[in-house]
Formats: sequence, structure tokens, C-alpha cells
Amino acid sequence: MIVMQGIRKEYRMGDNIVAALDGVDIHIRPHEFVSIIGPSGSGKSTLMNIIGCLDTADEGVYRFDGLDITDYTENELATIRGRKIGFVFQQFNLLPKLTAQENVELPLIYQGMSASKRHKRSREVLERVGLLERMHHKPTELSGGQQQRVAIARALAGDPSLILADEPTGNLDSRTGADVMQLFHELHEAGNTIVLITHDAQIAAQTPRAIHIHDGKVLEPAHESEVII
Amino acid sequence: MNPVETVKMAFKAIWANKIRSFLTMLGVIIGVMSVTVLMAIGQGTTASVTDSIAAMGTNMLSVTIQTRRTGFGGPGMSRSTRSTSAKGTVSLTAEDVLALKDDASIQYVSPTVSGSLTVKAGSTNTNASIMGVYPDYASIVNTELASGRYIIDADVENRSAVCVVGAELAEELFGNTNVVDNTLHVDGRKFRIVGVLDDSSSTLVMPFTLAQRMLESTSITSFYVSAADASSVDAAQTAVERFLYKKYQDDSTYSIMNQEEMLEAMEETTSTLSMMLGGIAGISLLVGGIGIMNIMLVSVTERTREIGIRKAIGAKRRNILLQFLVESVVLSGMGGVLGLVLGYGLMHVLEAYMGMQVAASAGVAQLALGFSMFVGVVFGLYPANKASKLKPIDALHYS
Repeated sequence: MIVMQGIRKEYRMGDNIVAALDGVDIHIRPHEFVSIIGPSGSGKSTLMNIIGCLDTADEGVYRFDGLDITDYTENELATIRGRKIGFVFQQFNLLPKLTAQENVELPLIYQGMSASKRHKRSREVLERVGLLERMHHKPTELSGGQQQRVAIARALAGDPSLILADEPTGNLDSRTGADVMQLFHELHEAGNTIVLITHDAQIAAQTPRAIHIHDGKVLEPAHESEVII
Repeated sequence: MNPVETVKMAFKAIWANKIRSFLTMLGVIIGVMSVTVLMAIGQGTTASVTDSIAAMGTNMLSVTIQTRRTGFGGPGMSRSTRSTSAKGTVSLTAEDVLALKDDASIQYVSPTVSGSLTVKAGSTNTNASIMGVYPDYASIVNTELASGRYIIDADVENRSAVCVVGAELAEELFGNTNVVDNTLHVDGRKFRIVGVLDDSSSTLVMPFTLAQRMLESTSITSFYVSAADASSVDAAQTAVERFLYKKYQDDSTYSIMNQEEMLEAMEETTSTLSMMLGGIAGISLLVGGIGIMNIMLVSVTERTREIGIRKAIGAKRRNILLQFLVESVVLSGMGGVLGLVLGYGLMHVLEAYMGMQVAASAGVAQLALGFSMFVGVVFGLYPANKASKLKPIDALHYS
């Protein structure tokens, strides 16, 4: 699913060049539920941006879903994001002016899906996250947990190869956080590949595999499949 | 992505900020409204001026004599054909001018004198434009009378204190137009009204000889000639020219204008006026466009996070560019439509309640609408491009 080899990403901080990622190798197989854990400043956000095709690495090779996307253009990466990746953010990142259903349909609009198909699909995924009866509400009329469920529904809408969640429980109280984690487990059992970025060891402990990252390097291969292809 | 969705998105964004969108549009609304209304007024004025010139008939020639010194008496100028004042100006007498009638190509001749004097009837006072004419003048400019009679030869010979008034003047002085045989005072002198003109003018027409005396004008500065028929206009013009040249020996002291030239001159003036009005309005449209760009730039900054989210979930650069561009064009286009609606409303008010002649043209409306959309594209392009170039990670982390 994801194969990263020698990924390097540098940032300029004034006159200094800081390596946010210093030769990262990662291998994630289809249908895995993996957490990437590290303290703030470890480079996990940079890693998530590269995994999510929001940013590109300075060095290294990245294969995603069988495609070598190392040298993809901005437009090609946008297509990958739209069709193959579903994002779940800490801040939910729903558009406040749109209803839950419209938010869920947004990625489908960019995929060029017809209105009737979009409506059908958005109802399906909203039902999946248990918010069908709230689909005409705007984000401000929903609780944090509900907003995150809408965001998960939006991530699921395009039937992506990968769900990429960035601290999805970070803005939720522990109970709703646990509910959201439960939902991720269900989605994993249903066959979805999920990568969850977190700084919270308790959250990471709930996933079958955790990749630890520190100072821009992967600390321990937590799985036998850290094998380079 | 489907264009219908893009337009829908634009309308949603505009609707979400109703007041701001309206204020942004206001510049374009006012611009389009003023373009259409001012152009319509310009064209209406042109039409009414050309109509009134055309109504005078096409056989008319008007002659204007400059009152400045002619400078020198040229050789071959005999003393008997001119009267020279102390200053050396050649002055034309009514008899000189009326003698033009002897030419076969000329049917009517009337020297005219005009000025402005106080007219009083009862306790009502007004300043009216005075015109002194010979009876032929009525035929030259196709004057129609609503009632009474026109100035006749006897009036001119006797310097009779009689006058013909325009309907508007009668209305102003007496409150109605049924004023034949009423009296009024012009500059203190008592006049009997013998006729009322069938037009909306506020002119007072009196015998030439009397007007000349009252306006203290000794020489003739203008006269009108009517050719016998349309085919003899050129011959009449030649005859008048020959007569004047013989008199002045200098063709810069007088100017002869036929109706065609008059129409051309008027059309030139009014079209310049229209262009100027249109230009001023066009500038306001441009200013409206700058207002749109300003708000779109603010909007891009405000919605940086939205742009980041859209990009993260698969929007391409093109999608974002189009979204903002369409928003800008829809904004300016809606402004254009509203401006047209208000413009036509205003034209109706001007025409119905203020008696102005306006000529709305579909061409101007299309042009104004097209230009406002064009303004939307031009001034939307920069903000839209700026939005589309935002990097998804930067935009997502913007707060």
C-alpha cells in the first residue's frame, strides 16, 4: 500500500537547514491499521503530509497503491488525494457554510460524480457513521464528536484506498474520542487501510501496529514487514 | 468538475455573504446604471435636436455674420454698395438682405435679430428670449400656430407692438395658452399678443423692425433664406455667397450653413457629449471592478483554510481558480443585471415624470453588461490565481 524508502525532507530555519525527516523507510500493507507516533517536532506531521500527498519529499522514493508517485506533479497528486486518500483532521476541517451532506459530497464533486449518485453515496456513508438524521445540519449545529464523524464520512465517501487520520481524537473528550476510535476499528474490520498519526501512546496502543518516529527517523521496526522492496 | 457545480458554488459563496456581496456589486451596479442612463440621455438629446432641425425643412439656409471689424475695404469695393461706420465695419441692412428674393432660386428671406428681455404680464415677470422676424420666417422654419396669426408685413412696416408667443411662455405668464388679444409688457412697452406658437418653446416673436430697436441692434447679424425647392438649395447658397462676398470681400466674416451641415454639426456635438458621458460612466465601472478585486483578495485570504481543505480532498489548481473566477464574474454580472434594471427604471422616471427625452438602446445595454462581465474576469483573475497557487499544507495550517 505504502512503500517509503530513504525519505528526506529539509526545512530552512533562518540560516540553518533542519531535516524534519532524515531517511525514513516505511512499509504499510493493504488493510492494515497503523499508528505513527512521535512527540511534537519529531517529524510526524511532515511524514503525514508526504504520505497524504499534500507535500513532496526532497529525497527518497514513495510508492503508493502500486504507483511510483515520487515525481508526480501538483495536479497528479491532487488526483491521488481526491480518489485514493480520505483525510480526517484534528480540527475536523469541515466547511462551515455547508451542511453535513454537502461537506461529505464535496470530494465527490471534484471527482465529477453526478448529483444523484452523490446524494446516494453521501447518505450511505452518513448512515455508516450514524449521522443520517443530522445530514442537513451545518457543522456549527453539531457536537465535536458528530463533526468528526461527518469528517470520517467525507473521508469514506470517495471509497479511498487509504484513510489518513491526523490526531482525530485530539479535539475530543475521552468518551467521544473512544467512540471515534471504535469507529476506526470497525472501518478497519470492514477492510479499510488506516494510518493514524498521534502523539498519544494510549491511542497508539489501540492499533495493531505502531511506528515510532523521533527526530525525523523511524525508531523501531514494529513489524516484520519493514523489509525494503 | 462540472461547470454547473462551479456556478452553484459561486452563488452559494455570494449568498453566504449577502451584504458584502451587495456592497461589492454596488460599484458595478452604479457603473452600468450610469452608462445606460447617460448614453440614453445623450442619444435622446441627439434625436430631439435632429428631429427639430429636420422639422424646419431641408431647404433652409442660415447665415451668421461676425460683428467684429472686417479690417479693410478691399480694392474694387464701391462705396455705393456698402455703408461704412466710423469704425470701418460693413453693416448689412434689411433692404440689402431682402433684395436676395430677386434671385429665382430663393423663395423666402428673413433677417432675424435675437436677444433676451424682461416680459411682464400682470404681476408675473420673466426673462424671455426675443426674436425679431419678417413674415417669411414662419415659412422658412415651418412654423405652426396654435391660434391667432403670425407677424405680417404691415407689422414690420409700422413697427406695430404685436407679438407671437410660444406655448410655454404663455403658460408661464398667463397660466393657459388661450392668450390671443391679451397684452403684456416687454421691457416696459405694451404689446398685444396676436398668436400662439404650436410648440413648447418659450420664445417671444415680434416684428423685426421693432425688435431691432428694442434690442438696440443696428446691423443685421443673421438671416435665414429658404430655397425655392430642394433642387435649388445649391443655387440659393451660391447666390447668398456671391451677395455676401460682394459686400464683405472676405469670406471669413460670414458663415452660411445649410440644413445638412447643421445636422452634421449638431450630431457631432451631441455624439461627443454622448461619448463623454459614456466615458465618465465607464470609469465608474472600472472603479467598480477594482472594488471587486479588492473584496476578492480579502475573500481569498479569509478563505485560505477553505482552499486548503478543498485541495486536500482533491481540488486541483484549476478547480480553485475557476471557483474564484466564476465568483467574481457572477458578482460583476449580477451587478450588471441589477444596474440595467435600475437604469431602465430611472430612464422611465426621467421620461415619464421629468419630460426628458431618453433613447434606450439594446446595444448600449449589451455593451454595459458585457463590459461588466469583462471587468469581473479581469479583476477576478489575479485573486483567483493567487488562491489557486496556495499550497495545501500552508493553506490547511492557516488560521
